[in-house]
Amino acid sequence: MEENKFEEVFESKLAKNEMVEPKDWMPENYRKHLIRQISQHAHSEIVGMLPEGNWITRAPSLRAKVVLLAKVQDEGGHGLYLYTAAETLGVSRDELLNNLHTGKAKYSSIFNYPTLTWADIGAVGWLVDGAAIMNQVMLQRTSYGPYARAMVRICKEESFHQRQGFEIMTHLAFGTADQKAMAQDALNRWWYPTMMMFGPPDSESPNSENALKWRIKRETNDQLRQKFVNQTVPQVEYLGLTVPDKNLKWNESKKGYDYSEPDWVEFKNVISGNGPCNKQRLLARNKAHKEGAWVREAAQAFARKRKEVYEAA
Amino acid sequence: MSDNQGPVWEIFLQKKAGQPFVHCGSLHAFDKEMALQNARDLYTRRGEGVSIWAVPSNAIVASSPEDIGPFFEPANDKVYRHPTFYQIPDAIGHM
Amino acid sequence: MTTQEALFQYTLRIADTNLILGQRLSEWTGHGPFLEEDLALTNIALDITGAAKSLYEYASTIENKGRSADDLAYLRNDRQFLNNQITELPNGDYAMTIMRQAIVDCFDFYFYSELTKSKDETLAGIAQKSIKEVTYHLRHSSSWVERFGDGTEESHTRIQNALNELWQYTGELFEMTEVDALLIKVGIAVDLSKVKDKWQKHMDDLLQKSTLEKPENVFMQTGSRKGIHTEHLAFILAEMQALPRMYPDAKW
Repeated sequence: MEENKFEEVFESKLAKNEMVEPKDWMPENYRKHLIRQISQHAHSEIVGMLPEGNWITRAPSLRAKVVLLAKVQDEGGHGLYLYTAAETLGVSRDELLNNLHTGKAKYSSIFNYPTLTWADIGAVGWLVDGAAIMNQVMLQRTSYGPYARAMVRICKEESFHQRQGFEIMTHLAFGTADQKAMAQDALNRWWYPTMMMFGPPDSESPNSENALKWRIKRETNDQLRQKFVNQTVPQVEYLGLTVPDKNLKWNESKKGYDYSEPDWVEFKNVISGNGPCNKQRLLARNKAHKEGAWVREAAQAFARKRKEVYEAA
Repeated sequence: MSDNQGPVWEIFLQKKAGQPFVHCGSLHAFDKEMALQNARDLYTRRGEGVSIWAVPSNAIVASSPEDIGPFFEPANDKVYRHPTFYQIPDAIGHM
Repeated sequence: MTTQEALFQYTLRIADTNLILGQRLSEWTGHGPFLEEDLALTNIALDITGAAKSLYEYASTIENKGRSADDLAYLRNDRQFLNNQITELPNGDYAMTIMRQAIVDCFDFYFYSELTKSKDETLAGIAQKSIKEVTYHLRHSSSWVERFGDGTEESHTRIQNALNELWQYTGELFEMTEVDALLIKVGIAVDLSKVKDKWQKHMDDLLQKSTLEKPENVFMQTGSRKGIHTEHLAFILAEMQALPRMYPDAKW
């Protein structure tokens, strides 16, 4: 079959809402776009373990401690599912990690913000995971089979994460005055960075068009952002907290809230390395990888000695 | 100095005794014992299985998308392999 | 000392040991040598912290003075903690963490095996649940001790150093006080001298398989049975207990 014919098969699969599988022919740009998106997603999960992991040793109750441990571990598991999904596209985890460690690859800008108080752990679970889930639910129907299947598993496991975050927020919002202030402060600091998670406005989103055409994405950045605001505002009201946006207002004609855009200059800076925690996050990942090198070498040497490795084709 | 994450393994889980093993995903591990342990820690965190198979990915042989026609279509017209092809008198009941 | 007081102390000792070890292990979360191992270690931290939680809940009911499980974990000071010192040592490199784990897992394996026979039903029940978890922990840590022992020259040196460093803290695991004596008499506590024989044999086998040399004539550290610890514990507690102590009226 010549190239055109392959392309026809590929296009018809997309048209019929069928999944593209690893061994199927796919346009080079599609493959590249997927590798970039899936590995960014994987990196985000792994880097995301850091700001939350921060608080495991300081969780204020035994229950909160085991829940947070389980949650951060899940994030690691999700990173792993995604790395293996990316690997089906012919790239090794080594390469992907190398891109992360050298700063070549991006990850979600949200994890470059610090978790300063315990309320931040609530806000991350509630807002950040809430926003992530919105994206992920959409991606369960993405066109690349291994990615979609990873997302199905991830969504199933994520469902407790947002609830865990919201539970922390309810304890704080209905707790002492100090606790309530802590909750409001966290909301103030996490609201706009969370809004940024959906990416730049549609008018300025460079990768969106192809992603939609290939059904890698199924809703636009602005659509998802609007959905998030509509869903979250009633939850803020329930908690008795205030969204840090003076322009927030119900708009009956669009059946949604009008809201202020986040600061896109800040967004660009955080993405390109100038956020409050970019350096320390990368440093932590590099340190773990470097200090783990002798462990991996030992495991490899041991396996060779015991002839446990299958070197066959 | 070589530095990698170890070979990739494909993991199959049996949900309950007696049921078939189903592919659930892959992971990296340096040896067989580690593959089993990692599978346990990654894919059965919520009690998803009672038994694990770990198979080195490079030991798996897969059919190609081009094989769909010659491999699988010839089976489509062998209707006589299915029980519904045969008529059994109502009086006999279930068979 | 009444049986109830002894039982409270005894339960706290097991709870504290689990909590502090879980606290140390969870420092690895997000920083493991590779992703799969990060998840494995966090699973172990989760099991151990979960066991601590059940034990504090039981200790709270034994004491029956209105102190909750969280109060026991978060509002006692370092001189009141009864965890074995080995659990509070800094994680060190991965060899140190794994060797400590192998030593403690092996102890826990035989300890909980005995504790399942306790006349105290709650402790026996907790042991019953823990023994399954610990069997897996021991398999995990032992397989890594073997890999390091017979891996590269570097890994062999690192794991042997870890063993040499940690051995001085193993004597304490088997120390018994009047608490043990009193509870052994009524069939509740485990006779640690019996655990010691089995532990020693198991460790000898593991070390031999891993081409490691057992340290000889080591002077053993002691103190935790009286609440005397290394300098590290107070730092651990300062971090762990900060929030409940900063906000005494708050509920989390």
